[in-house]
Amino acid sequence: MTDLSAGAASGQTPRSLTQTDARTKKRNAAEKRFRAYGMAAIAAGMFFLVVLLGSIVTNGVTAFQQTFLQVPVYLDPEKLDKTGNRDPEEMKKVSTFGYKPLVEDAVFAAVQAAGIETAFEDAGDMDALFSASAAAQLRDRVLANPDLVGETVTFKILASSRVDGYLKDRVTRDSVARDKNIDAAHLDLVDGMRDASLVTKSFNWDFITGSDASESRPEQAGMGVAMLGSFYMMLVVLGLALPIGVAASIYLEEFAPKNRFTDLIEVNISNLAAVPSIVFGILGLAVFIQFVELPQSAPIVGGLVLTLMTLPTIIIATRASLQSVPPSIRDAALGVGASKMQSVFHHVLPLAMPGILTGTIIGLAQALGETAPLLLIGMVGYIATNYPDNIASGFFDPNSAMPAQIYEWAKRADPAYYERAWGGIIILLVFLFAMNAIAIILRRRFERRW
Amino acid sequence: MTKTLTVSALALAVASPAFAQSRDNVQVAGSSTVLPYASIVAEAFGENFDFPTPVVESGGSSAGLKRFCEGVGENTIDIANASRAIRPAEIEACAANGVDEIIEVRIGYDGIVFASQIDGPDFTAFEPADWFRALAAEMPVDGEMVTNPNTTWADANADLPAVEIAAFIPGTKHGTREVFEEKVLLQGCEDTGAMAAMMKMGMSEDDAEDACMAVRTDGRSVDIDGDYTETLARIDSNPEGVGVFGLAFYENNTDTLKVATMGGVAPSTETISSGEYPVSRPLFFYIKKAHLGVIPGLKDFAQFFVADEIAGPGGPLADYGLVPDPELAETQAKIENEETMNAGS
Repeated sequence: MTDLSAGAASGQTPRSLTQTDARTKKRNAAEKRFRAYGMAAIAAGMFFLVVLLGSIVTNGVTAFQQTFLQVPVYLDPEKLDKTGNRDPEEMKKVSTFGYKPLVEDAVFAAVQAAGIETAFEDAGDMDALFSASAAAQLRDRVLANPDLVGETVTFKILASSRVDGYLKDRVTRDSVARDKNIDAAHLDLVDGMRDASLVTKSFNWDFITGSDASESRPEQAGMGVAMLGSFYMMLVVLGLALPIGVAASIYLEEFAPKNRFTDLIEVNISNLAAVPSIVFGILGLAVFIQFVELPQSAPIVGGLVLTLMTLPTIIIATRASLQSVPPSIRDAALGVGASKMQSVFHHVLPLAMPGILTGTIIGLAQALGETAPLLLIGMVGYIATNYPDNIASGFFDPNSAMPAQIYEWAKRADPAYYERAWGGIIILLVFLFAMNAIAIILRRRFERRW
Repeated sequence: MTKTLTVSALALAVASPAFAQSRDNVQVAGSSTVLPYASIVAEAFGENFDFPTPVVESGGSSAGLKRFCEGVGENTIDIANASRAIRPAEIEACAANGVDEIIEVRIGYDGIVFASQIDGPDFTAFEPADWFRALAAEMPVDGEMVTNPNTTWADANADLPAVEIAAFIPGTKHGTREVFEEKVLLQGCEDTGAMAAMMKMGMSEDDAEDACMAVRTDGRSVDIDGDYTETLARIDSNPEGVGVFGLAFYENNTDTLKVATMGGVAPSTETISSGEYPVSRPLFFYIKKAHLGVIPGLKDFAQFFVADEIAGPGGPLADYGLVPDPELAETQAKIENEETMNAGS
């Protein structure tokens, strides 16, 4: 009371509402400032996102292009099949080292036929231009079809990583001066060969479907086997985490009595969602590999570990979507005589399904990009060169996974692998975007709100 | 946690019956230094033989030998790669698990080089003594051990650039560190007379050696626990840094790194195989003899690895940076005859 009367007594005149006083101005200014902070925060976030995506795309997009040499190779019977029997068993004795000179001769002959001036006089100098995989490519083709021996066949062989880098402006003449693998004369030759279209760039399917390669031939390395590894892991995650997660949530949400014990379980599930993923890796190492003696580096183990990691995400999403189904649906079902189980499976679950699927897909996307737990079960540091023979070997044979493959490439010595690591990130991101897009579409189209 | 247990039990039920298949590929694990060589050989092996491509994993020499020594059988690895010789303790551990017959194969040599940014300060010639003076934790001055007073390379040797000491050396879990300590720090300690001075002060020889190899911990020397790529990244961001690399890694990055001579000798495959370049080490792999004849292709793989066309001069391993072993023929004979190491050696 005294305050009020004091205010009136100090001679304050009654104000109009249309005129802002000092305090209102201050409050309005504070609000404006806050909006500015918010916008600055969003702008900063967007800026970093653009920089991140920009650098990924600019660094990685070149990995999807690859340089090839197109040369006619004379498959010399003198070297490949001395006996002349055309018997594949005998011809297997000629190793890839026997095929390499053929490729060198062929490239040299093609250069001379095209009339390109070069300082090189020896076919042996050509080996810096093409990939070490070329000899194996020839050998496979000849062994598959021995009648080719004696003929001249045009092969499309991979250019070496340095030549590839030169055409992609990754290798410059300055850096070549210091590089022992290739010299400037080779680059002059490549310029000439490009003009004669002996050297062409084309889309690199092998980068998406191929297997990993050793460090001496980065041009051959691809993501395919690691993708299969990730695929089998995701199958395990989907096959285990979805039924277990949904069953657990339905029981907890619809059937379980509310008591201290179920409260404890609920708290623990939430805690589990916050456990750092590396912890699941250690658990996987101790339980699945050392105790159950599952093979190291196998997608089944990776899948099991990622299942543990994804489970809480799926349970929490499922419970949230079950809770959002209004009780009137359940009451109506029970009211017309349905059993508890019928009400859940016929009415509640279908309505909750979009939410459950969204949660599952987001959980899978998270698991797909996870590397830390894979470190401990041997999926990182593994050279993924073998395609799985069948479905069982897909689960049990050692393999890598997409993020592990990217990590593996990023740490290799040859700078050409750096580009491939970025390219791998693009592939992984495409998968993640696709999965998130599916989740959003499901939510938009099928989710009902009450 | 109840959920995790359910899953584990389920996994057990799902997995156990399917895991009764026999293995038909060679499995290799171990040193990250040997990994690139082993994967080059594995790739060529897969191309040239009817056997599947061997499975190669890294993990480090010690980790590889530990897995190697876990026992005999299909679920253990056949070959361990190592960038150092197997230790007596490891041989014992192996024998305790039934792995008593091991074939030691030396594939060649690897040089350890000292390199800095190509456009950085003029680090062109080092002596072991420079590294000891630059990196020692303590050194004897007038009969007393004092903390290393040197802060710039010029303090260690007036001929070196006067820039702050920033050295990136392999961490203690690497086989390379051992070679670095013995062939550079200890050598430098002896060359500078510090070793003799320490023993004069009443230290035992072992204590003096330990003191020689102790590296300063004030941040001027950084242990790199990752691989050479990490060292390279540190050098890239620190123009005045000097890093320790494998010769093969350096040879694949000659466009960004400049190498210094050690003791007046430039590192190259020639100077290392002749023994002139002082800092090199042999690289090995170890074969479990009990697996020969059981795992298809194991012996062929081992023979292929040390064949002249692979590990010899001009072969793909030498191209990548391996220094060929002049005694390769003996190694080949060793595998042919399946000669094991003497127990306890």
